[in-house]
Amino acid sequence: MLGGGGTLRAFVRALSGRRAAGGGHGEPSCRTHPARALLDRSGKVRLNPSSAATDLNGSMATVRRLLSTSQSSVDPKEMRKFQLLAHRWWDEQGEYSALHSMNDIRVPFIRDTVLNMGSAYQRGSPLSGVKILDVGCGGGLLSEPLGRLGASVTGIDPLEENIRAADQHKSFDPVLAKRIQYKCGSLEEIVEESVETFDVIVASEVVEHVADLEMFIKCCSQVLKPGGSLFITTINKTQLSYILGIVVAEKIAGIVPEGTHEWEKFVPPEELERLLEANSCSVKTVNGMLYNPLTGSWSWIESTSINYALHAVKSGDQAQTSQTEPLSEMESEQCSATAGTSV
Amino acid sequence: MAAACGRGLLAPLGGRLRACPRASLRSLTSAAPLYDVVVSGGGMVGSAMAAALGHDIHFHDKKIALLEAGPRKEYHLPESYSNRVSSISPGSATLLSSFGAWDHVCNLRCKPFRRMQVWDACSEAIITFEKDDLDDMGYIVENDVVMSAVTKQLDAVADRVEVFYGSRAVGYTWPLPSHSCDTSPWVQVELADGRRLQTKLLIGADGHNSVVRKEAEIQNIEHQYDQSAVVATLHLSEATDNNVAWQRFLPTGPIALLPLSDTASSLVWSTSHEHASELLTMDKESFVDSINSAFWSNVNHSDFIDAAGAMFRSALSLLKPSGTAVRQLPPSVANVDPESRAVFPLGMGHATEYVRHRVALIGDAAHRVHPLAGQGVNLGFGDIACLTHHLSAAAFNGQDLGSLKHLLRFETERQRHNVSLIAAIDLLKRLYSTSLSPLVLLRTWGLQATNALPPVKFFFLLKHTFIRPVHDANAILWNKKW
Repeated sequence: MLGGGGTLRAFVRALSGRRAAGGGHGEPSCRTHPARALLDRSGKVRLNPSSAATDLNGSMATVRRLLSTSQSSVDPKEMRKFQLLAHRWWDEQGEYSALHSMNDIRVPFIRDTVLNMGSAYQRGSPLSGVKILDVGCGGGLLSEPLGRLGASVTGIDPLEENIRAADQHKSFDPVLAKRIQYKCGSLEEIVEESVETFDVIVASEVVEHVADLEMFIKCCSQVLKPGGSLFITTINKTQLSYILGIVVAEKIAGIVPEGTHEWEKFVPPEELERLLEANSCSVKTVNGMLYNPLTGSWSWIESTSINYALHAVKSGDQAQTSQTEPLSEMESEQCSATAGTSV
Repeated sequence: MAAACGRGLLAPLGGRLRACPRASLRSLTSAAPLYDVVVSGGGMVGSAMAAALGHDIHFHDKKIALLEAGPRKEYHLPESYSNRVSSISPGSATLLSSFGAWDHVCNLRCKPFRRMQVWDACSEAIITFEKDDLDDMGYIVENDVVMSAVTKQLDAVADRVEVFYGSRAVGYTWPLPSHSCDTSPWVQVELADGRRLQTKLLIGADGHNSVVRKEAEIQNIEHQYDQSAVVATLHLSEATDNNVAWQRFLPTGPIALLPLSDTASSLVWSTSHEHASELLTMDKESFVDSINSAFWSNVNHSDFIDAAGAMFRSALSLLKPSGTAVRQLPPSVANVDPESRAVFPLGMGHATEYVRHRVALIGDAAHRVHPLAGQGVNLGFGDIACLTHHLSAAAFNGQDLGSLKHLLRFETERQRHNVSLIAAIDLLKRLYSTSLSPLVLLRTWGLQATNALPPVKFFFLLKHTFIRPVHDANAILWNKKW
């Protein structure tokens, strides 16, 4: 996730004299482990595989787990910080303002792609009848617009606080409350009961936080109906994304809390395509995205060097071949050559 | 406006988000029905707003409510004309036809006009407007006819738009910007009979004394003119091809004759309060005489101005031989409809902000102008077209309808259009309210220059007003940026 304009943002905040969101819930109990909260202050999704043995990130993950098991008491200060950030989801001028404005391009992208592929268009409800899974839904920033467009959305997030914030926000709108269901948990946990249930899966600003990307893509493919669509938005792993996404956004401008992103976990589109092809999903579109911190708005660009959005379709073929050997150099080059078509 | 712009740049939403913080209600609000849009005020502009949204394709699954304090009126076209008429511009006609109301207007009664003649009482200066291709410049329509047409179209979408007649909103509760816990994020509306509604977006179309604007504590720049408008339905001396709108600027205020049919015209005479009450009470013959002399008499001319005007005109004819005006003579009035004389006070107003979180103002609630340019309701219809466009796009993007993001875009677009026009109308009102020679000379030359230069004229014609060019021509004369 790219953010920017921290000084400007602070200036704006000072001018508007907005009060900081307080921990309004006052509930000390939280199913999410507080230490995980400590490391995940921004409230971003971290999807960890359930079994430690398959964790490929080695030492870093071990350290995290050590920390998590050593903490037993709930630190109210951390809880408050956590709650503070859970509140920030729906503050359009807060830490998640860039995610809010990303809706201006990602919602039309999803909507138009689905409409182009779909059959019946119901007036006023373009996504009516479409079942969508929003993986890593956070506070429901993307689930709600999709719900308003008529889709039945299931939002999942491993952090209880996020689910609570999302549930609370949708509760005031009876139409949305019916159309959207939020569940606390990881993608792996719902795979068994949701095989081939969803028409669309949306994983926006999620895969750069996932520990095991292969497993994640595999699970996505499993819960997706044949012919269903998968939408992913994430950050590329390039020098430019390091400079802008890590150095500027986190260290200099300080708009994204430090430690939110790790450059090592950024995913280049080529790798994503390789994994998708391996799970019988073919990539249809890859589009670059650019965030302008001055206007606070996103736009589509040709280059996928920083942020990008990807649309893949699961093949209608029921048989899913599991590829054990990686694609050859030649094939992966061909894959990247076909990418970059604009919507 | 500069302040609003500056604020828009620096702290776009900070001050706007909290319209008027009040304690939010908890358990009571959950029972109140939730609407996507509530339009407060069922006049021409409010009803048209509700109808436009109701007919919009992206609002098919949305719930809209229209609150109107008055009772539902069944309209039957009377023989005589109503004394309240509006000049509908082609742009407004397009808006009305976008939800099917214009056909009803045409089926009932409307008078297109092809030409406008505007001239000064203190000089020979004259300006005429007409489209080269003889298209209609505008339409004179009775307000009741517009209302009836819009109401018919509202009935057509009754499943989406619920009209509450006899319902006056007495209180509004504003939501906190980023709501937490139990506070409702919606606007709470309390009606006089105790009913409550909730809405995601409240549109205030409740006239120049807007309650929505006052409750939202939006500052309003307003000014009562020292003028009242006298309206009446007049009968002409002889039937004529009545397709010209006439307006003459007298020192006391402009008098306008708007065509209703070949034998009838509507009068809008803006004049001082005293003169207005005189006109209202005098007998029919004197009234008719005053009107005729207002249009025909040259008592306000002065030799100096006439000479200066003639000199300028000959100078212009050197540059542009065909540039002098063809002066048509306005029709003379023979009779006035009984009971059709009425007076209403005039003023000017402009809200500093058109929008807040979950609130938008349109029509006279946002801006009020002098009728001299015939723009009042057209500005309102322009607001509707713009707001419907933005709300429709927001709905198609699944956005929260009350979000300031697109509301601010509506505000910027409309303020850019409205502010200069409103200022120009106000300036013209003041400029033409005097018989001081320098100012008369100024406006005389301005009018003549504008009339003589077709490209300039055509450019202004596109903006649907026949008064602004005078202002801008004067600006050219004095090398000011327009």
